[in-house]
Amino acid sequence: MIAFALASAVALASTFMTITRRNAVHALLYFIVSLFSMAVIFLILGAPFAAALEVIVYAGAIMVLFVFVVMMIGAEELRVKPAAWIGPALLGSALFAAIALLVLSGSDGSRAAADVGPKAVGSALFGPYLLGAEVASFILISALVGAFHLGHGGKA
Amino acid sequence: MTAAVPLDYPLILAAALFALGLACVIARRNLIFMLLGVEIMLNSAGLAFVTAGARWGQPDGQIMFVFLLAFAAAEAAVALALILRLFSDRKTLDADDGGNAT
Repeated sequence: MIAFALASAVALASTFMTITRRNAVHALLYFIVSLFSMAVIFLILGAPFAAALEVIVYAGAIMVLFVFVVMMIGAEELRVKPAAWIGPALLGSALFAAIALLVLSGSDGSRAAADVGPKAVGSALFGPYLLGAEVASFILISALVGAFHLGHGGKA
Repeated sequence: MTAAVPLDYPLILAAALFALGLACVIARRNLIFMLLGVEIMLNSAGLAFVTAGARWGQPDGQIMFVFLLAFAAAEAAVALALILRLFSDRKTLDADDGGNAT
């Protein structure tokens, strides 16, 4: 319960900081902290596969896309001043405390539900949800074609 | 397995995060921040899905989260390409500066 309270407080605080920053780079850094705290909450909810995907795909791929676009536009002050580290560092250490509590408290007591592991998720995704997986791949390929078309000035 | 965390709380957190994202989309006029608000709302919807899956101990909630992740990636790619085009056309990211886009 304490780990969940810590992680959700970090999620709310970092999301609030995200939507109130002037500088888009600072907002993106706070949003990445928010995604990490969401991954901790997924662990507490017994969804380790969703937690890993949140870190790998959301914080690792989608946010990199955002950072690239912000840097390409170049309308922001990209240099992060030392004082700007304090907020994310405090939130990150609170998140670390939540993870440490989660590890130290053992398998139950701080979890909300039993684990549903990657094996169950995978066999359901490619079993009864196979059509959905195929449609998701259609969405991804159409997004690829659309982004390519827009990126080439509409001439392609 | 004892349920130490009542599953109402993650749903309340998801509602609060959705409200924050909606406020971001409504209040901010920078296109990057509006897109970030959309991402916050998608993320809170994913939290609600995973919570619902944890309630029944079934993988369906996490599968909906996987689909939502694919959708968010596609949406972010297309929207960011659009933002780049708009910026190269108009030299601004202000959403209120519309009407003269070519």
